[in-house]
Amino acid sequence: MGYSWNWDVLLQPSATGDGTYLGWMFYGFKMTIGLSLSAWLMALILGALVGVLRTVPNKALSGLAAAYVELFRNIPLLVQLFIWYFVLPELAPAALGDAFKQSNPIVQQFVSALLCLGFFTSARVAEQVRSGINSLPRGQKNAALAIGFTLAQAYRYVMLPMAFRLVVPPLTSEFLNIFKNSAVCSTIGLLELAAEGRQLVDYTAQPYESFIAVTLAYVLINVVVMFAMRRVEAQVRVPGYMGGH
Amino acid sequence: MITMNKVSKHYGAFQVLTDCTTHVAKGEVVVVCGPSGSGKSTLIKCVNGLEPFQSGEVTVNGISVGDPRTDLPKLRAHVGMVFQNFELFPHMTIVDNLTVAQVKVLGRDPAEAQDKGMALLDRVGLKVQALKYPGQLSGGQQQRVAIARALAMDPICMLFDEPTSALDPEMINEVLDVMSELAQEGMTMMCVTHEMGFAKRVASRVIFMDQGRIVEDDSKDAFFANPRSDRAQQFLAKILQH
Amino acid sequence: MYEFDWSSIPGALPFLAHGMVVSLQITAVAILVGIVWGTLLAMMRLSSVNALSWFAAGYVNLFRAVPLVMVLLWFFLIVPHLLETLFGFPRGSDMRMGSAIAGFALFEAAYYSEIIRAGIQSVPKGQMAAASALGMGYAQSMRLVVLPQAFRNMVPLLLTQGIILFQDTSLVYVSALADFFGAASKVGDRDGRLVEMLLFAGAVYFVICFTISQLVRYYQTKLKTA
Repeated sequence: MGYSWNWDVLLQPSATGDGTYLGWMFYGFKMTIGLSLSAWLMALILGALVGVLRTVPNKALSGLAAAYVELFRNIPLLVQLFIWYFVLPELAPAALGDAFKQSNPIVQQFVSALLCLGFFTSARVAEQVRSGINSLPRGQKNAALAIGFTLAQAYRYVMLPMAFRLVVPPLTSEFLNIFKNSAVCSTIGLLELAAEGRQLVDYTAQPYESFIAVTLAYVLINVVVMFAMRRVEAQVRVPGYMGGH
Repeated sequence: MITMNKVSKHYGAFQVLTDCTTHVAKGEVVVVCGPSGSGKSTLIKCVNGLEPFQSGEVTVNGISVGDPRTDLPKLRAHVGMVFQNFELFPHMTIVDNLTVAQVKVLGRDPAEAQDKGMALLDRVGLKVQALKYPGQLSGGQQQRVAIARALAMDPICMLFDEPTSALDPEMINEVLDVMSELAQEGMTMMCVTHEMGFAKRVASRVIFMDQGRIVEDDSKDAFFANPRSDRAQQFLAKILQH
Repeated sequence: MYEFDWSSIPGALPFLAHGMVVSLQITAVAILVGIVWGTLLAMMRLSSVNALSWFAAGYVNLFRAVPLVMVLLWFFLIVPHLLETLFGFPRGSDMRMGSAIAGFALFEAAYYSEIIRAGIQSVPKGQMAAASALGMGYAQSMRLVVLPQAFRNMVPLLLTQGIILFQDTSLVYVSALADFFGAASKVGDRDGRLVEMLLFAGAVYFVICFTISQLVRYYQTKLKTA
């Protein structure tokens, strides 16, 4: 097809003289991992909280949690990202907004991306946590209360430990999603993996090698996360429950 | 020990309990029976406040269950309950199931709770299973653990909500044996059950419910010899045929 | 305090409406192709012919491992170039819409195929046996007995995936196509009113997606009680 393959291009010094093109890719790789892991931590904490609130017997609290979930679920990720990055600094109190706009552009991009991915994913985590809690037999809550636990203790010692075990498999797919979704952050100029791939195409004029390398990097992340989560699943499996012995 | 005075409950327009009044004295074993949907399970859950009710009064040891100022967890800690589906906590070992509430609710020392738990497991014949998980035990074994879990809290009375109806026939007796033993030791018990043989052997009184009302509340001999209402007669005829 | 100025919205409505048409076109074609191709992939995956099931598994796992943005960039930057060299398409022909739709459809098919595979597997095995016992062949049993039941159970999930797909269409932003979001951000840039246009776009997406998701939920409860 008249295309001359040249994988060595990845090892050549980059146009800006700061290492090789592979080094660029590695920088993007680290950015993707760092962003995704920190957003995941945020999503787990917020999502667990909101998911629990959705199940408590208090209309105001559960309604508020439901509104939270609907808000972050029904607006496209890209739109949310642009709102975090372009809109909120304008609407925030002047001092805060100005401080944000005067900070290092990488910090601005990273913070917006983190908040965006964290909140977006937390709504999905919350839904999984809620359905985990709701899928527990109703009698479990009664049994916990009957033995003298307060509602908070019933959640803490009985319902949540079990719900979290049930929720691990669906959370694996949300965890994978956060790495994939982080690629959207290339649109605000954050130099993560996908953005570096685009740069590589422009600078090396070897588009196939660049994109294949970046695509493989995503596949690698996917495989590693799947193996890690499978270990977690095996760790938390309850003997005698749901076919686990 | 347990007093119910004109307890009524409804879900929306649906009346579940109507003016239920009864009394369980210390050491008594009261069996509650009746057709399905008659409100027996709801009635027994009103005793420890798992089911809220709209009017009437329930007291346990003189403490009002419906009073919003009552510390329900504290009350429940001393009222044992055994459920139809066992409801052991599946993510904890058997012995942890017996100790968790002793430690977290009663504030007992973990070692003491452990000793107490093992002693009770021994009593229901399951000491060797202590480190297994609930899912690895048979239904009958799980229900015996559930009884031991309730006993570990040193209850002043025990509530049983159809403890044998989720069990395979060959496992029913092992659970009834444990319950009979408890009754002989003088435990105050309120049991929702269809096991009329158990009622005949062990009960002091039988309550028969139909459509949310207590239709009969009599000594066991009077109930079995000569039930007064047609519904109870029909019920007994059906259930004793088998 | 920021002072809002919404005045650029009324004049831009026809342009925005055109963008919405583009978004909906991409969504509709991608759902249609995605479901058809996804059904084929699911059947391949479940087939006893190893080559077919490996191909389907490889396809699905590859597309599910890669971000949609990457797939769209492939179809925006690389595939047109490939087609030009392979089939001699005139250089620089505008294939953005075509390649965006192709990218979405091939990507979403991987997700649809997983939903459909689970749906087929949720039909009890006895149904297939009963169909065979009546003398139906594999294709007939699938078409007349298994798939109709599978799809009935899957409709809510397929629709939910459709909502996600509609939201995802905003990502054609990377190929500079003027879909609804692209149009809104263009107007915002032009008038210096990006804040208002982004909030407006968010609100429109929210209203559409929330409404449809409530309808799906309503349908789901009806399905359960039926």
